[in-house]
Amino acid sequence: MGIASEALKNFKGFNLKNLPEVEPLSPGHRACQGCGEVLALRQALKAIGNNVIVVSATGCMEIVTSPFPQTAWRVPWLHVAFENAGSVVSGVEVAYKSMNRKKIIDQPDVTFLAYGGDGATADIGLQALSGALERGHNFVYLCLDNEAYMNTGIQRSSSTPFGASTTTSPPGRKSSGQATWKKNVVEIAVAHGAPYVATASPAYPIDLMNKVKKASLVPGPTYIHIFSPCPTGWRCGTEESVAIARLAVQSKVFPLYEVIDGEYYLSRRVTKPKPISEYFQPQRRFRHLTEAEVRFIQERVNEQYEKLLQKCRVQDGK
Amino acid sequence: MSKRIGIEVSLAVAETVGLCDVDVIAAYPITPQTHIVEHLSELVADGHLDAEFVPVESEHSAMSACIGSSAAGARTFTSTCSQGYALMSELCYIASALRLPIVMAVANRALSAPINIWNDHSDLMYARDTGWIQLISENGQEAVDMSILAFRIGEDKRISLPVQVNLDGFTMSHVIEPLSIPDAQEVRKFLPPFKPALRLDPAKPVSMGGVGMPDIYTECRKAQDEALRASKPVIQEIFDDFARQFGRQYKLVETYKTEDADTIIVAIGSIAQTAMTAIDSMRARGRKVGIARIRVFRPFPAAELVGAIGGAKNLVLLDRSTAFAGGEVSGPVALEVKSALFDKGFSPKVGNFLVGLGGRDVTGQNFEEMVERVASANNGDIPAYEFINVRE
Amino acid sequence: MAKETGIKRWKELNPGMAVTSPGNAAELKTGDWRSMQPETDRDKCIKCGQCYIFCPDMVYSKDEDGYYVQNYYWCKGCGICAKECPVDAIRMLQEVD
Repeated sequence: MGIASEALKNFKGFNLKNLPEVEPLSPGHRACQGCGEVLALRQALKAIGNNVIVVSATGCMEIVTSPFPQTAWRVPWLHVAFENAGSVVSGVEVAYKSMNRKKIIDQPDVTFLAYGGDGATADIGLQALSGALERGHNFVYLCLDNEAYMNTGIQRSSSTPFGASTTTSPPGRKSSGQATWKKNVVEIAVAHGAPYVATASPAYPIDLMNKVKKASLVPGPTYIHIFSPCPTGWRCGTEESVAIARLAVQSKVFPLYEVIDGEYYLSRRVTKPKPISEYFQPQRRFRHLTEAEVRFIQERVNEQYEKLLQKCRVQDGK
Repeated sequence: MSKRIGIEVSLAVAETVGLCDVDVIAAYPITPQTHIVEHLSELVADGHLDAEFVPVESEHSAMSACIGSSAAGARTFTSTCSQGYALMSELCYIASALRLPIVMAVANRALSAPINIWNDHSDLMYARDTGWIQLISENGQEAVDMSILAFRIGEDKRISLPVQVNLDGFTMSHVIEPLSIPDAQEVRKFLPPFKPALRLDPAKPVSMGGVGMPDIYTECRKAQDEALRASKPVIQEIFDDFARQFGRQYKLVETYKTEDADTIIVAIGSIAQTAMTAIDSMRARGRKVGIARIRVFRPFPAAELVGAIGGAKNLVLLDRSTAFAGGEVSGPVALEVKSALFDKGFSPKVGNFLVGLGGRDVTGQNFEEMVERVASANNGDIPAYEFINVRE
Repeated sequence: MAKETGIKRWKELNPGMAVTSPGNAAELKTGDWRSMQPETDRDKCIKCGQCYIFCPDMVYSKDEDGYYVQNYYWCKGCGICAKECPVDAIRMLQEVD
């Protein structure tokens, strides 16, 4: 039996009747109204609880939760730089391993959580993440993906979807927005042999919280890619974050799945998929796309979803 | 009881770090530091040192992991030089601002381009504005002693700052010397366990590394500046304690034959040892020369230095790196020395020489030439700095 | 911001600028940001908890009858709760101030 399957064999998940009450993040943080990223982070932290040390990359979440001399963190938290959440958490984890073994402390069950945005994970921080995954440290890594460098003013990242308008991939006479497809960091994590890898969306909070909980129970490096709507950067209404996160799943743009010991499991089969135009509609960052461009993107979304289904040994979440 | 053995200095440093019972080592290999980290990983693999050795994938990740580890409360060590130092440099500012007592051995090596693996002080000078304490060793025994002192100094609650132990790459790191390595018991007596005031602990949550807006950043810098200032007397106090236990006395600035010298050399690192041999030779021929050797470069011991060199008629200031200031302003060491002397009422003739760049040897003959150059020049005839021994 | 929270002098800082009051960001009244505010109609509310779990600002808490109640000190008026409520029990109303 693989490492993850062994650790998860008696896993009991959350449901609406037994939602965790703990709030490791306090209100009063400075996130925008309707921020989908802080919502996802909140849900993830509730799933883990208070016995955690959190390492943050530079980005929206770091800025809005740590306006010195205040902090929204009710659990230990360390921010160092933009591109090193993976290596900083490696240091924290080995420190605890060493100090526990040498009986300097007696805290063997702490969860080590690192998070970064899509910029901090897929671009500038990819090396540090790769090193941490390869060395096999015991941590949970969350990529909070709002599909651009939002904190510095909505510039494109390698996670920006094809056709999206950002300040460094603006549509114009010679351009239709982002000209490359989203980098698949989930596959990169799988290729490193991480025992538990998953995608999640804050529109499906029980699914998200269960996945984060599972990741914290699996020994070794675990990675969860979380879809995080940004009303400010995607130019939609502040009340739409959850609805858009749901549409992304329902239109197959962001499929929900887990990779446990290298085996793919679809979390939610989309039987009546919504057309991608419905997903684009509330977001001004896609408004410049022509019908032909939207069809082109729809074909690719369909094709990627089929490829994913081929890999899945289980297609309905069990 | 200390044993006196012939051992390569890198291995001695590694053995000493092992005796200091570090908890975490996160390092990336770069010539000429490699023997230090290789030997440390052997000590861990053989069970002689109970620590986690993290073979990180770059120097940037090495310092990142060290910051995470030290913030979690573990005694942490790393080593690098030259390009590796440059790569991790953004994090060095962060380590000192977060007041984490990480110890780093730097096997001083030249910076590219052109790529050069041999010894000079460009990485030492690069680091001087990062807020770290910089200790200098001139020979193998000092490298061993500074390694133990670094942990004790950094972890002292009155200081709580990261410390660099500088040793010249190849010239020291790869050389076999006879030296005394203390035994574990002696080190334990001198170095108490690491008990940080604040650490990452779910039982007592703290947030480290938040956003410092303009209305608070200055206060943060002031607090850090005060910590570095206040460290100077504590460093000497710890040196004195070391002398009581191990019999070797260190000072912030050490002098050799300066009492009646009319020409004083100021130098850092192993080149000062060559200088002392040259001084003996010059003294034998009637020249009154001495040397002030800077042991602690940060915090810069201006008062002690002025006390040591103020009376000289001529100063020979050695730099083993350039400041690239455009020709009219001296190299880094000379700048700091001149600044220390500025309004103290002394006006010696000052010569600044760029020597030993990229591993080039500096000989006793070179010292005699430099001393002669300054002593015989007229005031105002000496340029801001000069390269010596360069093929025109 | 430093003025709001009382830290003025460098001697008051912890070493390394660590913040040792967990969650003290809650002192900031982010409720000042909103222009609309959510009101729940208890007759329609089915106590499902969607408003609670979808609030990015932890505004909702359960009262002794099982209803989820807003804390207007922090509510930024984003409107997610009103949009997500499965029975349309929450309305966003213009703030009177």
